[in-house]
Formats: sequence, structure tokens, C-alpha cells
Amino acid sequence: MSGLSFQIKDLALAYAGRPVLTGLDLDVAAGEILAVAGSSGCGKSTLLRSLAGLLPVAAGELLADGEPIRSTSADRALMFQEDALLPWRSTRANVALPLAIRRMPRAERNARAADWLARVGLAGLERRLPRDLSGGQRQRVQLARTLAGRPRAVLMDEPFGALDAQTRHEMQRLLTEVWNASTTVVFVTHDVDEALLLGDRVAVLGGGGLADLVEVPRPRTSVDPALRARVLAALGAQTLETT
Amino acid sequence: MRLLLRAGSPLAALGLWYLLTEHDVVFLLRFDRFPGPGDVLAEFGRQLTTGVYYQDLAQSLVRILTGFVLAAVLGGLLGTLVARSRRAGDLLLPLFELARPVPAIALVPIAILLFPQSEQGIVFITFAAAFFPIMVSTRHAVRALPPVWEDAVRTLGGGRIRVLSGVLLPGILPGVFGGLSVGMGVAWICLISAEMISGRFGVGYRTWASYTIVDYPGVLVGIITIGLLGFLTSGAVELLGRRATRWLPAEART
Repeated sequence: MSGLSFQIKDLALAYAGRPVLTGLDLDVAAGEILAVAGSSGCGKSTLLRSLAGLLPVAAGELLADGEPIRSTSADRALMFQEDALLPWRSTRANVALPLAIRRMPRAERNARAADWLARVGLAGLERRLPRDLSGGQRQRVQLARTLAGRPRAVLMDEPFGALDAQTRHEMQRLLTEVWNASTTVVFVTHDVDEALLLGDRVAVLGGGGLADLVEVPRPRTSVDPALRARVLAALGAQTLETT
Repeated sequence: MRLLLRAGSPLAALGLWYLLTEHDVVFLLRFDRFPGPGDVLAEFGRQLTTGVYYQDLAQSLVRILTGFVLAAVLGGLLGTLVARSRRAGDLLLPLFELARPVPAIALVPIAILLFPQSEQGIVFITFAAAFFPIMVSTRHAVRALPPVWEDAVRTLGGGRIRVLSGVLLPGILPGVFGGLSVGMGVAWICLISAEMISGRFGVGYRTWASYTIVDYPGVLVGIITIGLLGFLTSGAVELLGRRATRWLPAEART
């Protein structure tokens, strides 16, 4: 199974009846990591939720592998910034959730969930309830749950935004470790460095559309100051426009 | 130690009751005709050996459980429906809001008119009493559910059934059990009142019947029985609720 590609053509999106994006054109290639940056209210979360199929399209086209996105799908898993674990399920049962949804036998899905928990560094915590985990541990579980179903695209809405700096770095490293080229990642963040470290490309949203699209060559062990300046300029230009 | 402390107030009440009736105190209140603990205990012992006592007990329990279970099922379903569907809410809520302020016990004449047997009428009153607290708390619980749980399950591939059974049902239980507790309380109030007005058999009927034949120890046996039944049924609801909501963070549990 290969990664999902997205085609966004002349797209308009609204949030709570208010237009947030208009005339957006953007293609996401199968298997790429696209970071979407922008200040709050620029519509990046709305775009992500629309890609997940949680929000309707106001106008234009939003396609996954050429097919219009009409509803949610196990192919397009969304990881949330807030704690989205089901509090009555153990960590293992949370991670096994996408597998339970597709009716995998219990023994098999529990084994896979335990594997995923080990990969995100939480071996031994299978039976804990979310209330007994720290915020960083909960996000690790959510990352494992999002990936456990082997979705063709992973949509991440500032997944590490609420974490402290050190946990954040660990999670970024973890994501690059567990990511494989058969999964497309769309990663929303307002942290420019995070966008440049993780993204193959960085789409800067602003002024109701695409302000800039920056290619980031590999390897990305540190942030290129020139690219940072370019992204900041795109963000700044749009901040000035809107204020 | 804590158990001793908790036993303090019932024991004190018992002691006070004994003193007041033993000395036939008449000061503001009259205790000279009031049966003392000894009389009541003797009467209790006598009734425990009769079949009528258990018959009344069983009758009241069947009535309350029938009415309560009906109210729990319908209140849960309709509360969920009006919270999830705006159209259902528009259709049903005005009726609910109009009917809700009417105390269920005021429906006794209507129950007598509508139902061919008083038995059904009494169950109806019990149902009506418990229905509204359960429906309202279910509705609030559904609306207070964090949307992110449902969104997460949907983006992991879950459909409508999975959302209802895997998110909604477990997620609303803490709120619903609050309504079930209140519902059980008012159901008892209305059941006993309805039995006193129009019942044949039942603890409420027996208590009132004892009063009309000037059997005051019998009245108190009835009242104590009602108290124990209420305590046990509420305790059962509470226990079930705790088992179903063990996952709540410690500070949210009561």
C-alpha cells in the first residue's frame, strides 16, 4: 500500500460560517511530508480537518488520489493537538482501536498494539488508563494509535504543540523514526523550525491562501537559516497584511 | 474509627427517639401517643413472620423496577435523540419542557382515568417521575461529550455504530448515572404516594392502611421499610455507576 496523494484545486473553506481560505491550489505527493505553517486563524487546521473529511468543502475541489473527499476514512487518520484518547480504554486498547474497527482478532490486535507502544517507548504501560499518563505519554499513545491502523495518509494537527520543549524534540525524532515512505504526512504547525525540520516542503498559509511554498532538501538535521528567513518573511508579510 | 463516626448520627436519633417516647414528652411536639423503638421493633418482628409483609415488599419492588427500567431505557434513548438531532429536539423538547414541571404525583387522576388497572397507573406514575431526570441528564451528558473523541474514532475509520457504541455510550455514563440516582429517588417518592392514594398492596399502601386503623407502630415499620428500600436501591444504582465509570480521573469521582 502506497501513500495517498492529495489534489487541492481552487479550494475555498469556511469555519463556523466564516470564510478562512479561498482559491487554494496545492498538490501533495504520495509519500511526502508536507508541513503547513501559518499563524493562528489562517485556516491550517480547517484545511487539515477537511482533508480528514470532518468538514465540508465550501467551493473548489479537494481530492485524495483523484477522488473527492466526502467523509472520513481509515486511510486518512488525524492526530489531534488535544488529548483525543478514549479515557475508558487502556493505552493498549486505545492503540488497538483502528484495528478493532476493522475487526482484527483480539489477540492479534493486542500484540500489534503492544508492538506500537514499544516503538513509541511505552513498553510496559499497556494496561494503564490515560488518566495515569503524563501529557507527553498521552501524545505518544495517540501517535501510536494514529499509525497502528497503517493509514495511507497521516494528518497531524499541531500534535506536539502542547508539549514542553524536550518532549517535543523527542516526539519529532520519534516521528521521523517511525515514518516510512509509504505514508503521506500533512503536518500542521505554527513553529517554523519544526516545519523546516520535518517537512519535505513547507506550505505557508496566510492572507486566505498560499503565501509561499518552500522546498526543504534532505538531510534535515538542522534548520537552514536562509529557509527560516524565507518562511518568516512569508509569515511576516501576511501578518502585516492582516493587521 | 470512621465507621464509628458515621454510625453516630443514626444512633443518636435512635437514642433521642427512645428518650422522648419513654418519657411521653409533650413540648411543642407530642410524643405521648408516639410508639417507641421497642414497640416498633416488636411490630417489625411480628410482621417479618407474616406473608403480607413480603407480599407488599415484592409488589412495591416490582412496581418501582418496572417504572424505573422503562424510564431509564426511554429517558436514555430520547435524551440521546434530542441531543443528537436538531429536528428531534425541535419536535420533542417543547412537549418535554411543558410536561416536566408537572409533579408526577399530580398525574394520579389522569392515571386512574387512562389505565384500566390501578397497577398500570402506579407504574406509569413511577415511570413519569424517573423519566425526566434521566432524560435531561442524558441530554446534557451527550451535549457535553468532547467532540474530539467522536472525530478521532471517525478518522480511524469508525462508522455510526462504532461512534454510538464505542464513544457515546461509555462517554455519557457518568452523567447518566447522576440522572439515574435522582430518578430512583423521585421514583420512590411518587411510588409511595401513589400507593397511598390508590394502591392495593405495596409498602406505601400498607403504611397508610396502618394509619387508618390506628396502628402507629405499623406506620413506623412501613416508614422504616420504605427508607431501607430506598437506601438499597439507590445504593445499587450508585454501585453500578461506580463500576461503569472507573476510568474517571480521581477528582471527578464522587
